[in-house]
Amino acid sequence: MLQSRWPEGRRPSVATGAQTTWGLLQPGLAPQNWGQERSHGQVQPGEDQRRESGRPRRTWLSLWLHGSLWRMAGRVKWVTDIEKSVLINNFEKRGWVQVSENEDWNFYWMSVQTIRNVFSVETGYRLADDQIVNHFPNHYELTRKDLMVKNIKRYRKELEKEGSPLAEKDDNGKYLYLDFVPVTYMLPADYSLFVEEFRKSPSSTWIMKPCGKAQGRGIFLINKLSQIKKWSRDSKTSSFVSQSTKEAYVISLYINNPLLIGGRKFDLRLYVLVSTYRPLRCYMYKLGFCRFCTVRYTPSTSELDNMFVHLTNVAIQKHGEDYNHIHGGKWTVSNLRLYLESTRGREVTSKLFDEIHWIIVQSLKAVAPVMNNDKHCFECYGYDIIIDDKLKPWLIEVNASPSLTSSTANDRILKYNLINDTLNIAVPNGEVPDCKWNKSPPREVLGNYEILYDEELAQGDGAERELRSRPGQPVGPKGSRSRESGRAVLTTWK
Amino acid sequence: MLQEESDLSLIIAQIVQKLKGSNLYAQLERQAWASLQRPEIKLESLKEDIKEFFKITGWEKKLQNAVYSELSVFPLPSHPAAPPEHLKEPFLYMRKALGSWEKRILKSLNSMCTELSIPLARKRPVAEQKELLNKWNEMGTDEPDLSLFRPVYAPKDFLEVLINLRNPNYENGDPLSFRTHLGLIQVPLKVKDIPELKEYFVELGLNTGQLGIDDSTQVPPELFENEHVRIGQKVLAEQDSAAAQQYIRQGSPTALRAELWALILNISGQPEDILYYEQLKTNVIQYDLLVDRLTYKDVKLTASNDDYYFVFEDYLYQVLLCFSRDTSVLGHFAYNCASPPKSYIRGKIGLEEYAVFYPPNGVIPFHGFSMYVAPLCFLYHEPYKLYQIFREMYVRFFFRLHSISSHPSGIVSLCLLFESLLQTYLPQLFYHLREIGAQPLRISFKWMARAFSGYLATDQLLLLWDRILGYNSLEILAVLAAAVFAFRAVNLMEVTSLAAAEAVLADISTLKVMPLLQIFLFATVT
Repeated sequence: MLQSRWPEGRRPSVATGAQTTWGLLQPGLAPQNWGQERSHGQVQPGEDQRRESGRPRRTWLSLWLHGSLWRMAGRVKWVTDIEKSVLINNFEKRGWVQVSENEDWNFYWMSVQTIRNVFSVETGYRLADDQIVNHFPNHYELTRKDLMVKNIKRYRKELEKEGSPLAEKDDNGKYLYLDFVPVTYMLPADYSLFVEEFRKSPSSTWIMKPCGKAQGRGIFLINKLSQIKKWSRDSKTSSFVSQSTKEAYVISLYINNPLLIGGRKFDLRLYVLVSTYRPLRCYMYKLGFCRFCTVRYTPSTSELDNMFVHLTNVAIQKHGEDYNHIHGGKWTVSNLRLYLESTRGREVTSKLFDEIHWIIVQSLKAVAPVMNNDKHCFECYGYDIIIDDKLKPWLIEVNASPSLTSSTANDRILKYNLINDTLNIAVPNGEVPDCKWNKSPPREVLGNYEILYDEELAQGDGAERELRSRPGQPVGPKGSRSRESGRAVLTTWK
Repeated sequence: MLQEESDLSLIIAQIVQKLKGSNLYAQLERQAWASLQRPEIKLESLKEDIKEFFKITGWEKKLQNAVYSELSVFPLPSHPAAPPEHLKEPFLYMRKALGSWEKRILKSLNSMCTELSIPLARKRPVAEQKELLNKWNEMGTDEPDLSLFRPVYAPKDFLEVLINLRNPNYENGDPLSFRTHLGLIQVPLKVKDIPELKEYFVELGLNTGQLGIDDSTQVPPELFENEHVRIGQKVLAEQDSAAAQQYIRQGSPTALRAELWALILNISGQPEDILYYEQLKTNVIQYDLLVDRLTYKDVKLTASNDDYYFVFEDYLYQVLLCFSRDTSVLGHFAYNCASPPKSYIRGKIGLEEYAVFYPPNGVIPFHGFSMYVAPLCFLYHEPYKLYQIFREMYVRFFFRLHSISSHPSGIVSLCLLFESLLQTYLPQLFYHLREIGAQPLRISFKWMARAFSGYLATDQLLLLWDRILGYNSLEILAVLAAAVFAFRAVNLMEVTSLAAAEAVLADISTLKVMPLLQIFLFATVT
């Protein structure tokens, strides 16, 4: 019996990515050439060539006309590279107007390729104060698998050098509080280090992931050194020296004891919005979800090639025989919480969620120093986390462009609301943005986001700001307990 | 006075009789023998000393729990000369209706069997047994062709039978007045009204703390939640069923719920229970039943598509297939006036010596049956524990939702309670819906028949089932159904067809159960 689950009054319209029109202008004001959709790269007749900064030069008259009319309309002008209904519906419902990227825009939902161009040394241009984009220029410091690991390793070493209690290690040399990324090596650079580690525990399984790809593409598991050698032969490189960074791989210790529910492996997808890195201000979306594999998990070596057992990406699972389009193999995080509290107890469940929040904040802190904290930027990351059977969370990767495709009805609602809340925080009041604002939205607009960490508040007034802690709600400001009282942070991290 | 005393001694005798055959008795006996070794047991005061010993070591508590458990399903006191069917169901017309309904179901099952030429039961060949054993943990991946199988019945078929129930001794020839019952159910059973419900559900009152309301984020935990959790832990430490039942009326903390339910249902993880489950599992492996196909189909159609329960699909097979073969379930027919369907060994129809109950547990699964098990998967992840809890929940509560009886928790009474609540306290809404051909019971029946499983969010459902256990009654389902209608009354007043009314009530997964109940019972002007 199919149950539809439309929450009350929240049925978003399902526009199938159709192009929008200019219909929101006041009638009688439309000059002749506004009705045309400008395609990328075309220079319209009557327009001068681009300035060095890449934006089209305009004549004084047209500038005035544009400026005054737009000021009168006062609407945010948006562009998007990603034609998804959850985005477009959100822009339209705010009364924003779509423009092309050659025009004066205020808000540009860019793909990662575009952001590279905008901020590149050769072709980039400077953004104006009323322009906002949805990526940080060098987000790849966090979102590329190899750079993320590199930054976290560097961060740990720095803390160790400072003698910070956060970097404390146990008797085996493992970090007590910062061991949240599985052992990882870059290939080909660290091949020999990897071999050494592999030989220490020869029965372990490792997972090979290409640095620059997404959606589970190109990933495979190995449990014998010969399999890597075979791969390197097969990929037609005679040695490991590879010029292009696109072919770079990371190899990580595979977590072969994931927490199973109903016998199946799953991972967590959590959305984290970062509005600024220095000071660090990040928000966590309360409505994350778990992605289940359609096939029962087995660590058996005969099934190492079966991606349906091991990879939880929806892009992979949806091709499985048992994939169900109604629930999409997804569970809400609150379901997970209910299940864990009921079967394992409240303390260990709260501890698990606290640790998850902790590793997200630490990962952001790790890249904060190298991040270009451009004031025109915000970013909504998709964090992938796996929980092992000892209820320890592991950070697998961070995605800069989490999928906005909806696999089920509930999914669409969730992503629509995610974008809605994101826009409410990033573009306050839905008005033309001004990058000089302090990026501190009032609590009412947070929607389903919660403050995960606010460095300013944390360093500001210390202990009085501690919110009453409740399971499922990360406490916002951490008080003055950030770095000084290492151990105390973890136990009182609530 | 005398009558009560003799009633009491009769009840005691019956319970003693029942418990004598149980495992607990054997254990108590063993313990008593073992205690003779102890120095404090003296021959002169043997009886008192042993009693004292039992009290200290917690065995008395266990006995108390067992007695309490028996009492919860004990039939109401009645005339000593009443024949046994009367004890189970005093109304003749109900017994008759139940009999004909059962005949219908059986006929449907038999005709499916002959149409598809599949035997009701058969022994599996060894190869198939091996295969099933290997696949025991992932039966969900099996894709047998079930297209030709139809569920034996769905809740709405059952509703039609209930609608046609009439008491032949009750002449309802009075002209229509405001006292006439305008709903679908037309049998005169006594149901509670709101003042009586307020008394009955007194712990749900506005002045009493509740989980589901007073543990929300705005309320500081010191006010209620922390204390409540502390008391819960104490109750568990004492292992007292009756106390747990009283405690859970205010809701159970998530972390304690699994243990509390086990305590109230008097289920402890004995090794015998694990063995029993393994025996049932062997039975499943060796024999194939026709009803298994019905179970498969049901799971595939309901739980597998559910956002909350799809994860537990494999567990559902492991529980339900074993359930069909569990003859101990036949015990509940002692207080359930339904009778288990009978089947005859091939070629020997009509000969009583060759009659067997089919399915072995006497319960034919219907569409949606697996949803009784699904929410329990959030609490128990060991199959044998899950199985026991479900079996106990079934023989105490769920069977009443699909059998015709006059019991206050029976589905007939629940429907009548729902309709009278609506008619008495929301007359405008009730009349409007009736006028547009959307009798409210047609919408709410499926909620009540499934105890709201699959309609509410799981955490809310578990809070509701807490109260079912706490009050040992299903009446709260009818009250909740009425409360939902009251909550959506404004929208419902604007609809003009049954389909539109159903659309307004199609999704209740965002509702919070306890505030609805509290408002309906205690905060509405009556």
